[in-house]
Amino acid sequence: MADTLVEIKHLAKSYTRGDQVVPVLYDITLDIARGDFISLMGPSGSGKSTLLNLIAGIDKPDSGILRIDGEDITQLSEGALADWRASNIGFIFQFYNLMPVLTAFENVELPLLLTNLSRASRRERVEMTLALVGLSDRMEHYPNELSGGQQQRVAIARAIVTDPTILVCDEPTGDLDKQSAADVLGMLKQLNQEMGKTIIMVTHDAHAAEAARRLVHLEKGELTGEAAVP
Amino acid sequence: MYYLKLIFKNVFRAKLRSGLTILGLVIAIVAFGLLQTVVDAWFAGANSSSAARMVTRNAISLVFPMPSYYRDRIKAVPGVKSVAHSQWFGGIYIEPKNFFPQFAVDHENYFEMYPEFLMKPEELLAFKRDRQGAVVGRKLADQYGWKVGDVIPIRGTIFPGEWRFTIRAIFDGKDETTITRQFYFQWDYINEYLKKRFPRRADQIGVFNIEVTDPGRIADIARAIDAEFKNSLAETLTETEKAFQLGFVAQSEAIVVAIRIVSFVVVFIIMAVVANTMAMTARERLAEYATLKALGFSPQFVAALVYGEALMLSLIGAGLGILLTFPMAAGFASSPAGAVFAAFRVSGDTIILQAASGLVVGLVAAVIPGWRSARIRIVDGLRHVG
Repeated sequence: MADTLVEIKHLAKSYTRGDQVVPVLYDITLDIARGDFISLMGPSGSGKSTLLNLIAGIDKPDSGILRIDGEDITQLSEGALADWRASNIGFIFQFYNLMPVLTAFENVELPLLLTNLSRASRRERVEMTLALVGLSDRMEHYPNELSGGQQQRVAIARAIVTDPTILVCDEPTGDLDKQSAADVLGMLKQLNQEMGKTIIMVTHDAHAAEAARRLVHLEKGELTGEAAVP
Repeated sequence: MYYLKLIFKNVFRAKLRSGLTILGLVIAIVAFGLLQTVVDAWFAGANSSSAARMVTRNAISLVFPMPSYYRDRIKAVPGVKSVAHSQWFGGIYIEPKNFFPQFAVDHENYFEMYPEFLMKPEELLAFKRDRQGAVVGRKLADQYGWKVGDVIPIRGTIFPGEWRFTIRAIFDGKDETTITRQFYFQWDYINEYLKKRFPRRADQIGVFNIEVTDPGRIADIARAIDAEFKNSLAETLTETEKAFQLGFVAQSEAIVVAIRIVSFVVVFIIMAVVANTMAMTARERLAEYATLKALGFSPQFVAALVYGEALMLSLIGAGLGILLTFPMAAGFASSPAGAVFAAFRVSGDTIILQAASGLVVGLVAAVIPGWRSARIRIVDGLRHVG
């Protein structure tokens, strides 16, 4: 498929707990097209977060192929993988994972420190991104001075400020009230539809999952179904 | 700049914990500085010795005297510029706790040999003219509120009796390293007394103080002097003034070693305290370090954050500790306990050692937390709740 961005073939992953090897993912094969928005769903322990971590390059599979934009990221060294993540992946976590001692502006600026952008360019880009998520008036606020929804919007700004290829979202609405969750999901849909970002989102919430174009269901480490969202 | 700001903000994130750790560092660095200064003060006398002066004593032991006629024979040794003599008196002023060194000296020559003792010529002259006259150092005079003309009673121990001296001169030191806690009086005063009461103890000298013409030949001159008295009833041992002073310090070497050990133990303890602080800090921030790594920051960057925080913490503590050492040392020097030291002054070496201690504490304290934080697997760190 010409527009395949994420190519997963026979991917397996297990963890070792003491003497025991606990398989988490079995023989996962999945393609994700560029510009797609998929929701990974499944009960706790189904392996959806593990699959997300593998795609994001923060964990390594035991076997199988995982190509992103044609590059086999399983073959990259730790350093190369860190560089690859900085350029290609935007992270949105359930608990925002903002640096509490940094302002909203500084949190969003953080990934740009890994680029060669000048200070002025960084400032311009951060201000533009914070405006995009509607937080221009909260730039100098610290995370503890923001609501949960606002913190998650800062996290979204931090995720997109480097213009990554893929946004990986781990339960992005899991810690939010209904209204804030709707705002965040609306923002993700907008990023997908208007900016063409490929989004992979893990969620328990069936309502949240409907924001995606496609649902992928996992159970006990296996893909059990795929469906387009109507 | 951004990293420094991040480190600075992290340092003061847990204000109480950081504040207490810094307080501990300040106390440790001050204690370390004061203990090092005590050691320096111990050696102050030796370090301020002149390279052109020697001391000749009885080769068997300092407690055995030498005949006073040795003076002329020493004076005749080539290279000897002048000779004076002094005798430890060891008396008690009011009560034993009021200790200060007292010497019976050759009043005609002694002070010419010690230009670092600065006094008014007319006062020195008055001292020379008064058999019961005394010369005291400024620090000693200040300690007891003495002034010229005061009569000082001293009870003799080695030389029994009630002795009374009239202060005729007070001397200042040429610089801070000059000892000004001594009490000098005329050797002739006790010698005349001994001639009357204990004639066999008269005309005996404790040590000869010798000034040489050429400090470069001091070893040869010392050998020549000792050769002069070879196979005599009182053979001599001649050494530089510094070596002579260090001989006294060596007698209390165990105390000096103990003080040195304690000063480094203090630094070691604070190292453990800072390491504990950093370990707690790093453990609480594992999720943040994992997030940074997920964003693409290297393990080295994460380790640098931990090292930077530990260094900033310890250098703030060390800096404040160094600044506080000066008033503390001044306070100690002016107290009765500090008065026993001739010069109690924080040296440049001590400041360097204090700063180095702060640096080492910061670096060592960060080793394990820095290593653990850098090695944390991102997925494990993201699961961590601080």
